[in-house]
Amino acid sequence: MAEEAAVRAQAETVRRLKQDKADPDEIAKEVAKLLEMKAQLGGDEGKHKFVLKTPKGTRDYSPKQMAIRERVFDAIITCFKRHGAEVIDTPVFELKETLTGKYGEDSKLIYDLKDQGGELLSLRYDLTVPFARYLAMNKITNIKRYHIAKVYRRDNPATTRGRYREFYQCDFDIAGQFDPMIPDAECLKIVHEILSDLQLGDFLIKVNDRRILDGMFAVCGVPDSKFRTICSSVDKLDKMPWEEVRSEMVGEKGLSPEAADCIGDYVQLHGGLDLIEQLLQDPKLSQNKVAKEGLGDMKLLFEYLGLFGITGKVSGGCWSLAQAAQRGCGVSFSGEIPKVPEHDPGPPALGKLLEQGGLDQMISRGPFQPQPFYDGLWGSFWGQDSSSIPQTHLASEEKIRTTETQVLVASAQKKLLEERLKLIAELWDAGIKAEVLYKKNPKLLNQLQYCEDTGIPLVAIVGEQELKDGVVKLRVVATREEVNVRRESLVEEIRLRTSQP
Amino acid sequence: QGTRDHPPAHVVLRDRLLAAVVACFKRHGAAAIDTPVLELRETLMGKYGEETKLIYELQDQGGELLALRYDLTVPFARYLAMNKISTMKRYQVAKVYRRDNPATTRGRYREFYQCDFDIAGWFDPMLPDAECLKIVHEILSDLQLGDFLIKVNDRRILNGVFAVCGIPDSKFISTCSTVDKLDKMPWEEVRSEMVGEKGLSPEAADLIGDYVQRHGGLDLIEQLLQDPKLSQNKVAKEGLGDMKLLFEYLGLFGITGKISFDLSLARGLDYYTGVIFEAVLLQQEKEPGEEPLSVGSVAGGGRYDGLVGMFDPKGRKVPCVGVSIGIERIFSILEQRVKASGEKVRATETQVLVATPHKHLLAARLKLISELWDAGIKAEMLYKKDPKLLKQLQYCEDTGIPLAAIVGEQELTEGVVKLRDVARREEVRI
Repeated sequence: MAEEAAVRAQAETVRRLKQDKADPDEIAKEVAKLLEMKAQLGGDEGKHKFVLKTPKGTRDYSPKQMAIRERVFDAIITCFKRHGAEVIDTPVFELKETLTGKYGEDSKLIYDLKDQGGELLSLRYDLTVPFARYLAMNKITNIKRYHIAKVYRRDNPATTRGRYREFYQCDFDIAGQFDPMIPDAECLKIVHEILSDLQLGDFLIKVNDRRILDGMFAVCGVPDSKFRTICSSVDKLDKMPWEEVRSEMVGEKGLSPEAADCIGDYVQLHGGLDLIEQLLQDPKLSQNKVAKEGLGDMKLLFEYLGLFGITGKVSGGCWSLAQAAQRGCGVSFSGEIPKVPEHDPGPPALGKLLEQGGLDQMISRGPFQPQPFYDGLWGSFWGQDSSSIPQTHLASEEKIRTTETQVLVASAQKKLLEERLKLIAELWDAGIKAEVLYKKNPKLLNQLQYCEDTGIPLVAIVGEQELKDGVVKLRVVATREEVNVRRESLVEEIRLRTSQP
Repeated sequence: QGTRDHPPAHVVLRDRLLAAVVACFKRHGAAAIDTPVLELRETLMGKYGEETKLIYELQDQGGELLALRYDLTVPFARYLAMNKISTMKRYQVAKVYRRDNPATTRGRYREFYQCDFDIAGWFDPMLPDAECLKIVHEILSDLQLGDFLIKVNDRRILNGVFAVCGIPDSKFISTCSTVDKLDKMPWEEVRSEMVGEKGLSPEAADLIGDYVQRHGGLDLIEQLLQDPKLSQNKVAKEGLGDMKLLFEYLGLFGITGKISFDLSLARGLDYYTGVIFEAVLLQQEKEPGEEPLSVGSVAGGGRYDGLVGMFDPKGRKVPCVGVSIGIERIFSILEQRVKASGEKVRATETQVLVATPHKHLLAARLKLISELWDAGIKAEMLYKKDPKLLKQLQYCEDTGIPLAAIVGEQELTEGVVKLRDVARREEVRI
């Protein structure tokens, strides 16, 4: 029949897609079509019509991914705590009005909840606006806080490149009025510590300042009205060569060739304190008040970074941060991993691993901040699902265990379930991490294989003879050596053998 | 509404609590997974019975129809089916969302944490079920919440009881939910709801009353196995047989003292197919002049063998049993306790403040603190070029930092640091 042939053809399509490892979303769509067709044919009970998947742009985390994620977050949180940050948490949804008007064009990417007769709600888009609301609600003026949580954006996800609609942000912010550049320097020290701890290889932290950019544009004769759009062109310098950027500025954005060349002179420079000194001497820039301010602060920052011992990995005057800098009013920085290792089978380097932008403007615009209240630095730290990069590095190095079990309670003979249960209860009550197979009479070989598969290092074997003698046979899985341990000393022996160096 | 921010003190306490729970899950060899907060609406529909109206739905913005997850069990079943997994022991600690009418003073919110532990797979009967109960017992004991009780029952026993009492199949679920109220209402009220609202005959209601008001241990199970009517009912016999086996294992685990086979336990969710259980705290914290905090159940769960099959395209079955710890309620109790004891919960873990008493020593502070951070020491300093010593010491007292490392001009020339114990005000030169 025609319908049956159509179903067969559809099944073939699905098989082919799976074989070609096509985009999972596409596969899911075709599978759904297939199930629908089958149901209509009446060959199915009809109860499996729906598509089995997570929403577009979201994903589950398997135990292996969780183990890696835990490690990454551990390194990050340890660093935050080392610097005396407090942690807060906010709800996943906010009142719709709290989020309205804060994200400009991006507002259309916000997930709204259905009007079900209560308050109008939306899922949080980032952690910064909730933070601002938290500060205003609680009338807090000084705080150093971190917040690690998922945020939601109805983006067009490129999940192969690590971009999702639901992803983690790890935010670290310092709010308050302080002596200049000290908190900024600490933020950079934190970025440096985290990237070092994660052992991702070589990295570079690029720094810039809005005021320097503004000053540069001014002395090059860029009209005020074109500041933002020129900024976004300059921003592309990390992806395109100068000639292309220049022609975009002149050709598409209508900038005069002279202005473009002037900008070109500056933006191709980068360096450390020496560059800053050079720019401070620059005849044009030194006349510009705003640029001088920015350069002065940048110099101070680099001095502090020197005292922190991290200038080796910091590069100033990088104009490719133009867009980020432009959103704020002070220092901006970004941490990047410059190259991808050859054996990397996963997503290519994401480039901008961490980004920061100053956010006073956002606050002063909000309904709860009538005037610029926070003069201090906002260091905002977000990893765009940063766990996807470390995954490829860490996973390739070692076999990651998904559990922490120390010992399997096993038996070689039949009818020893009771003894196994009694022994394992003793171990659990003593805080030992132990497992037992859910079989009344499991084969020893299967039990040993389970240990090898899941990485359990020890086996506690009960046998009839051992029971009579009051001992337990403790076997080391890796070396296959066995030793008889007295029942009373078993806990201690396990602890000894599994304690970390 | 029904949500709250969590200030640092809260989060510290909460994380302590979650760590204790996770430690127990890990002790039993569970691996962690995480699922998105959003699920396709169709994934959640038809799984929660009457409670479906409490699901938060997302607005139709032109893409897939989505909703916020209501619990962690249905996502788990979806995960198993999607990945064609037939054996897994997993835990998941995450927030879930319910458009409840929150009684926020009694610890009920619309956004709240659940700590779930589930075992999926084909195993010899009652062993994983027994381990779930052992886990509840360990957690509630470890947290020292006072006396508690774990009530156990079985859907099959309940179904059997209803059958021998002459309840029509169609009224099973509705009768279940009425019987469930026995922990809050006296029998007379429950009976009149059954007869008055649910349309049961008075004789049937009385028959039910004979059974559901009973609770006990192995002795009760034996008694029921001998019961002339029940022993004729196949489903009830199955349930009672498994219950007996369960109690034997619980005896070997040494925990039967806190377990009660309670025939009135019915539990709300539709998807349970076998053992069901619920843990309640028996003693409420009573402070003089303060309202006792009654928090109801703190953990619950059961066996749900049919759920994964509902997702699997071929209807492939994966039996599951699991437990969910009601962390928010436990948290309220711990919060009260901390408040009552006057313990000051620190919001940070900073060990030492790097301070300078004189002017122009910022560079020295920056260098010293950098050394400490690089050595993994948790350290802070004030963001001021020339802070006053008094202010720095005050900061330590306010935030609970135990030590201050002070460098002045004299100390710099001598190559020492003055280490000050904030609480005792003693200083040593190092």
